Amino acid sequence: MADVILKADDLFKHYPIKGGVLRRTVGHVRAVDGVSFELNRGETLGIVGESGCGKSTLGRVLMRLEEPTSGTVNFDGVDMFSQSGSTMRKLRRDIQIVFQDPYTSLNPRKTVGDIIAEPFEIHPDVVPKGGRKKAVQELLEMVGLNPEHINRYPHQFSGGQRQRIGIARGIALRPKVLICDEPVSALDVSVQAQVINLMEKLQDELGLSYIFIAHDLSVVRHISDRVGVMYLGRMVELGTEEEIYQRPTHPYTQALLSAVPVPDPTMRGKREQIVLTGDVPSPANPPSGCRFHTRCFKAQDRCKVDDPELIARPDGVAEHRSACLFAEPRVIVETTDVTDVEHDSRFATTEVVDFDDFADDSGLMPADAFATADRSQSVDETEGPLDRPSNTHGPVDDEPLEKRGPRV
Amino acid sequence: MTTTTTSSAPVSDYKPDADGRLLEVDDLHVEFHTQEGVAKAINGVSFDLHQGETLAILGESGSGKSVTAQAVMGILDMPPAVIPSGAIRYCGQDLLTMPEEQRRKMRGPEISMIFQDALSSLNPTFPVGWQIGEMFRQHRGMNKSDAYAQAVRLMERVAIPAAKERVKQYPHQFSGGMRQRIMIAMAIALDPAVLIADEPTTALDVTVQAQIMALLAELQEERQMGLILITHDLGVVADVADRAAVMYAGRIVAKAGIDDLYARPAHPYTRGLLESIPRLDQKGQTLAAIGGLPPNLTRIPAGCAFNPRCRMAQDVCRTDVPALRDVGQQKSACHFAEEVLNG
Repeated sequence: MADVILKADDLFKHYPIKGGVLRRTVGHVRAVDGVSFELNRGETLGIVGESGCGKSTLGRVLMRLEEPTSGTVNFDGVDMFSQSGSTMRKLRRDIQIVFQDPYTSLNPRKTVGDIIAEPFEIHPDVVPKGGRKKAVQELLEMVGLNPEHINRYPHQFSGGQRQRIGIARGIALRPKVLICDEPVSALDVSVQAQVINLMEKLQDELGLSYIFIAHDLSVVRHISDRVGVMYLGRMVELGTEEEIYQRPTHPYTQALLSAVPVPDPTMRGKREQIVLTGDVPSPANPPSGCRFHTRCFKAQDRCKVDDPELIARPDGVAEHRSACLFAEPRVIVETTDVTDVEHDSRFATTEVVDFDDFADDSGLMPADAFATADRSQSVDETEGPLDRPSNTHGPVDDEPLEKRGPRV
Repeated sequence: MTTTTTSSAPVSDYKPDADGRLLEVDDLHVEFHTQEGVAKAINGVSFDLHQGETLAILGESGSGKSVTAQAVMGILDMPPAVIPSGAIRYCGQDLLTMPEEQRRKMRGPEISMIFQDALSSLNPTFPVGWQIGEMFRQHRGMNKSDAYAQAVRLMERVAIPAAKERVKQYPHQFSGGMRQRIMIAMAIALDPAVLIADEPTTALDVTVQAQIMALLAELQEERQMGLILITHDLGVVADVADRAAVMYAGRIVAKAGIDDLYARPAHPYTRGLLESIPRLDQKGQTLAAIGGLPPNLTRIPAGCAFNPRCRMAQDVCRTDVPALRDVGQQKSACHFAEEVLNG
């Protein structure tokens, strides 16, 4: 059995709609409407869906930035929503979030050093006061930024660099789970790849589990081990990356996949296109029965009445969870396995470095961008200040990025 | 209903040349004079567009793709923008030397544009039907009720359900996809020969994006418009474009037929971009990234603007600006284009 680190059970988050002179509650927006799933240790769970499906609200509820209307989240054996303020604060060391917009999620009046050190202010026991600057510099280096830029302000960085700062803040306390809400969608194509590669590298090194919320199905396929598809506050299909992309059984997943353009003109006109009609209904007044029936190409009368459960249903090879009464597998994306295909390193690189520094003032790479590795050799005189004894997922010795000094 | 428009539509004074060429942009330069200095947004861009063809202009933010579109449309704010040299010829006539009044009359009936953000491009204080009808009132001198009738016809054409009832509604009462349809209705109202779509689906969900792109393709086919699609999305381009021009730091660095662009890229930037996008139809893909960022346009590197990020760069790349030249069936602005193409 897989090692579950976070388990959400029947989560609901309804927002009241106030109306009339007396501002009475006249209805509810059912943003998250009965969502259950589990996250395994060390894996990436992708959450996809179109705008308004409740995926971002789900992320905020999991962080307890929003109180759920009902439901439970069990985090590493602890019931999160029954915790009081102080224990909750301690718990947040282990579950952190990275936001979508690198332009608004960083305080413009604080230096990067202060922004990344803020988690240490709240959890002073993690790193003693004297060691914080060093800890921040290590974090900057881990995310591929120049540690000397610690006193710069957010506006002095590009979008990609700012997102790295957000990630550095997110991993400062060495959390077990990092919730990433559209972390790359505001970035240009070439920069997006840099940040995705960084996130994968950090996951390997720190043993992080990710909940990766995004609308881009190609990015989610690339980064996720398992994927959940959301529609109008519900999870409609949940399975491994292979199950969702190669044998989806829910008509909504199938339609979504068929709508994603593929960067290959030879596929033009050859791919099956399932065109959905109409718009997503309002979450304040979701359709009866199956929520997707108003737009579904397979809908029968039963679908207007019966609300299908998210349960294991056959997918042609085995079975995985799908919330459709008429679930059946359909190949939408012809997948090529390119695991063994090497990319051509003459044009692009998989290394994680501060790419953005290339474009610094002179337009040329500053000489010290790569010299940071040497400097950090002398940094680590204590037993890794960030390494909490309780954290079984801390960096391992000889970790290239930790750059521990040689120990005799 | 359709007959009324065709009969009332004035015959265009503009005719494409014998090859069906509508638009010809020739060595266009655009600068922005800012406090930080002169930002060279476009540095010698040339391309042409034929009837019924879709040309994609691909690029990341700051590459100059939107400025190119705005220059062609004639909606650049001048100042701060300055066009020091170049020509934009529409059916043989240079738009840049034309009197503004003549050019204004062309916006809509000849060249028309769809913007990325429909919500901020539509006026929130007028009903959508009024805004679509404005095209007919301004350019054709139609009265209010005829213009409304035309608006309904166009809303039906772009598949907005219950057009008759919704014609008097305001932009905020429509979803994002429906607002983009309204933008398209306005853009095609006067049957333009050239349609420029600037990131028309970037703000939309994938299922809606598919609907909008299908609608655009259908309208183009029906009216044989020349379509310029400005985008950063390599997936969308692969789906709809006939040819593509890749822009970097205000220049076109590669120009190719759509199959060549993807299968045989001849510029390191195009190669790098293709390596850096995750693909829906691939499993176990290694993502590689192009290092660095596009340059600040006030300080474009000497030589090839891409050289600081290029892993193939040699000394010559730091001194000599590579010209856009023929390489096989395509064009590339790289000193080592043959190596990139064949390697």
